Amino acid sequence: MSDKFISIEAIAKRYPGADGATTTVFENLWLSMARGEFACVIGHSGCGKTTVLNILAGLDVPSEGAVIVDGQAISGTSLDRAVIFQSHALLPWRTVLGNVAYAVSSKWRSWDRAKVKAHAQTFIDLVGLTGSEHKRPSELSGGMKQRVGIARALSITPKMMLMDEPFSALDALTRGTLQDEVRRICLETGQTAFMITHDVDEAIYLADKIFLMTNGPGAVLAEVVENPLPRDRGRTDLHRHPLYYALRNHIIDFLVTRSKTFAAETPGHDPRNVPLVQIGKPGLTIASDAKPEPSRETSWPGQARA
Amino acid sequence: MTSSLRLRAALVSISLLVAFLGVWHLATRSTGTTTTMSPEYAKLMGLTATQGKSAMPGPLDVGAKLWEHLKRPFYDNGPNDKGLGIQLAYSIARVGTGYLLAVLVAIPLGFLIGMSPLLSKALDPFIQVLKPISPLAWMPLALYTIKDSSISAIFVIFICSIWPMLLNTVFGVAGVRKEWIHVARTLEVGTVRRAFTVILPAAAPTILTGMRISIGIAWLVIVAAEMLVGGTGIGYFVWNEWNNLSITNVIIAILLIGIIGMLLDQILARFTRMVTFPE
Repeated sequence: MSDKFISIEAIAKRYPGADGATTTVFENLWLSMARGEFACVIGHSGCGKTTVLNILAGLDVPSEGAVIVDGQAISGTSLDRAVIFQSHALLPWRTVLGNVAYAVSSKWRSWDRAKVKAHAQTFIDLVGLTGSEHKRPSELSGGMKQRVGIARALSITPKMMLMDEPFSALDALTRGTLQDEVRRICLETGQTAFMITHDVDEAIYLADKIFLMTNGPGAVLAEVVENPLPRDRGRTDLHRHPLYYALRNHIIDFLVTRSKTFAAETPGHDPRNVPLVQIGKPGLTIASDAKPEPSRETSWPGQARA
Repeated sequence: MTSSLRLRAALVSISLLVAFLGVWHLATRSTGTTTTMSPEYAKLMGLTATQGKSAMPGPLDVGAKLWEHLKRPFYDNGPNDKGLGIQLAYSIARVGTGYLLAVLVAIPLGFLIGMSPLLSKALDPFIQVLKPISPLAWMPLALYTIKDSSISAIFVIFICSIWPMLLNTVFGVAGVRKEWIHVARTLEVGTVRRAFTVILPAAAPTILTGMRISIGIAWLVIVAAEMLVGGTGIGYFVWNEWNNLSITNVIIAILLIGIIGMLLDQILARFTRMVTFPE
């Protein structure tokens, strides 16, 4: 962690609440990422994940603290940081090519039409939409729309990609293919990526590092979990890796119980030095290894407990 | 299926028209000699007294008169006798001028108000008070200040068509989806380019709907305004023919007002369809 490409330093977000009180979504949040790293943030709704992403994107400003990207404090949005929106956010009056070309011509204002078109086409081909350039977003399926969103984000060759639950509105099959695409593109182009997700398996498949956030208001970054799976992991044999379930259980345990109780149980939590959890490495106590409680198993109505 | 529906609808429409014309014809036809009187006296009394003919013209009278008008739409025999084409052209020109002026004011102003919450709040009370005022109520004020009846009519059209356009522009601009604005912001698109490439296309269907409401209102108001200011125009024609007791011409004018109003609405509807995008 010598190279801090992105460094979020002591940011806080507060909203004025009713009768003069302020609601603190999170405060004193520190987070850093290396260049080329893929990070996923997991936490329950309302913990401020989207706010963190919007602050990183420059769409929102923190009440306190600063965000440093590539050695410079950010102010406002930038073409260096592309956003892939949950709702794809395509401009419906433009075609697929028009949507991507809009981003391209925003980045390179002096380019002529042909050059913009050729550049946009490259990225449409990259996400596998060749042949659909002249369709309008309304003629595309959800997965294809999100592909256009990805092509638009990539076409401006950003330094990093910010993704706010990009696949949550898609069906499982499409989601899988798109995860493959995003993983392939990020590995090929060496993108730094920051993704919000609710899907534990998505985080395990894509992320190098998983940030776990506790429940809001007053959310904190509880742990940084390093993904022990090899970098050349495949979707099909992911679950056969010996550390897969340890990792998965650790995250799920966090989401189910520890996200609520973390603040009370860990009074000495230092938000500047968030513990790095390395599953499978000796010398570390891992919550999920502690005690799998059989009594916690679910029993469905009409089914005898195993 | 749809073509057969269309065919059936057309059949019903035509039958209704024929039925209406038939009833109209029967109700106004001559019933035959009612009283005997000396031919000279009868000539003086006219068909209403001698043949039981209704004073209301029948469809055949109106049709014949309409044909006459259509043959010579642009004749000009002095102030009180101009072709219908000329009268309509005056009205359309007034509506067009007032309406275009309103477009030029309402759309940029609506953009400003829609994009600025401060202006929106500050101007809201004025708009709320000015909007419900009948456009004709402005007429004396316009005549007094402008001192020209024809320009006053244009002003009245301007003032009546500005509100729906202004309010719809404000509504459309303020209601552009946050995520589209976010897209423009993350792409570092400047305010002016954002206004033209994101907000304008996104708000265009709402703006055009306002423009369509406005042209309808403008066409309603021009008839009344021209009755007041006089001189030229289809509204003046209606009132003049009423003074001439030519019910036939009044009916023809009513029919033409309806047809022109429909055409204006259809033109705006076509524009609205052009800018509407499916989501």
